[in-house]
Amino acid sequence: MKEVIEKQIKEFGLPVMTDEKSGALQWLDLRELNLRYIISIENIKPFFEGLKEGKLLTTKCKHCGRIFFPPQRDCPSCRISDMEWVELSREGTLETLTVIFVKPPSFGSYDPYTVAIAKLDDGPRITAWLKGDPRKAKPGMRVRLEISKREKEGYMMYELVPVE
Amino acid sequence: MSENVAIIGVGHSKFGDRRDVNVPELAWESIKPALDSANVDQKDIDFFVLGNAGIWSSEAALPALMAEYADLSPKGSMRVEAACATGNAAIRVGYTAIKSGEADVVLILGIEKMRESQNPTVIELIGRFGSFFWEFENFGLTFPGYYALHATAYMVKYGASEEDFARVAVKNHYYGAKNPYAQFQKEVTLEKVMEPKYVAWPFKLFDCSPITDGSAAIILASEEFAKDAENKIWIHSQGVGTGTANLSKREDFTSLESARYAAEIAYKKAGIDVDAPYKYLDGANVHDCFTAPEIMAYEDLRFAKKGGGVKLIRDEQTYIGGLIPVNIDGGLKAKGHPIGATGVSQAVEAYKQLLSQAEPGRQADIEKGRWLAHNVGGTGHYTYVTIYGLEKLKR
Ligand SMILES: [Zn+2]
Repeated sequence: MKEVIEKQIKEFGLPVMTDEKSGALQWLDLRELNLRYIISIENIKPFFEGLKEGKLLTTKCKHCGRIFFPPQRDCPSCRISDMEWVELSREGTLETLTVIFVKPPSFGSYDPYTVAIAKLDDGPRITAWLKGDPRKAKPGMRVRLEISKREKEGYMMYELVPVE
Repeated sequence: MSENVAIIGVGHSKFGDRRDVNVPELAWESIKPALDSANVDQKDIDFFVLGNAGIWSSEAALPALMAEYADLSPKGSMRVEAACATGNAAIRVGYTAIKSGEADVVLILGIEKMRESQNPTVIELIGRFGSFFWEFENFGLTFPGYYALHATAYMVKYGASEEDFARVAVKNHYYGAKNPYAQFQKEVTLEKVMEPKYVAWPFKLFDCSPITDGSAAIILASEEFAKDAENKIWIHSQGVGTGTANLSKREDFTSLESARYAAEIAYKKAGIDVDAPYKYLDGANVHDCFTAPEIMAYEDLRFAKKGGGVKLIRDEQTYIGGLIPVNIDGGLKAKGHPIGATGVSQAVEAYKQLLSQAEPGRQADIEKGRWLAHNVGGTGHYTYVTIYGLEKLKR
């Protein structure tokens, strides 16, 4: 786009272009926005430390025993913020899946990927990528929750793997 | 205070790829006919609400921009956002403002100019309408993806097929072809919809609503102000529900809890039997951002029992002449889905249908005098169900 804009300015003295389909004149915005968030994970730090150690941890309210996934600091049932970190069950049942063919540009380096939701044996559901051929996957099948390195970006994340 | 709130005028732009206009021009295309048909002047407007999800388009301070462009200054205003239910959320604000007595006449404008950004950017942005960190950041869910997770679950639980979903697209394109404001005014065959151009399995290109520019406007008025209006319909009731951000926090993926909740409230307030609502309605607009969610909506709105929605489309019961005509303006699928405008466009359709002003070939028989609109934001993150009536609600 940047090259197009430069070319148009050189040619017409303005960053303008006629849209091919409609024939309508367009202004090509010069003020590109690069958006990247910086998100606090301070209060769910053990989850990320656990990932590095090969563990999948989440929060459980010390008072009422409610298990939260994704982990959260505060229990809205008790209105008390006193959680313990417990390990998630590593097995569960696949509930649904999709294969993303038209990807967001920020996932452009990956081949089409399978996103699935599984219900873990200790209760919580989890959304993650499902490993393997999606044509062989079926809701109702048993899956294992594993930690692996994201091949393209090199960071640790959890994924679902069919139980053979 | 006004117990009853009327729609006394409507306007609708052509939906589609609108590179021929900028944001305020696109807005004016529906504001002008809305003012004209309501026979009101800008000075009569007490308050205006602007539904716009934004980010993909250049202008952010839209109420101020429209105050300037359309001579609405210095009246009060508010911009509203509820993802794809933004339009109906804007109606909610105007409706409650009039009911409370804070305003007599409110202009509601829904507008979205999504095509000011390039398609990949829009795909990137809409993918974020779930849980940013636990769904998008790490697992790259896209908007079709969120609903595809529901479609898969529905297929497995109730034995529906990709062909069944395709029938929804065929119906909505059939009616879109008769709507001069629709983005796609062309019928499609089942074979065409079934072409394996997968976006998010099991959804293919023709299962998805398009990226659209468009605007729609309505003028809401109190009972007192509306008494001289020649053409008007009434808001009988509204129900609003909210779901969880993460899909993984939900019990089931074949239904939207926020929609069931909103429907139940709307039916109760309007005195409609929740077990047979179609007996009270001449038709409905439901949120078919994809094909499968239209079938889920049949069930969430109790037009069919759980798992029975797929039979309604197979038996063509949601065409004109069937049990209840649904999306006979083309729906989001063929009419287009300019996010902030969609809910307002549904209200415009309710007005046209109830007053028998719809174009030839897509006018329902108006016998019961009521129309339903179901507008979902995100994947059931928000649902608005609104019941419109030709006559004032008998309480
Ligand atoms: Zn607790």
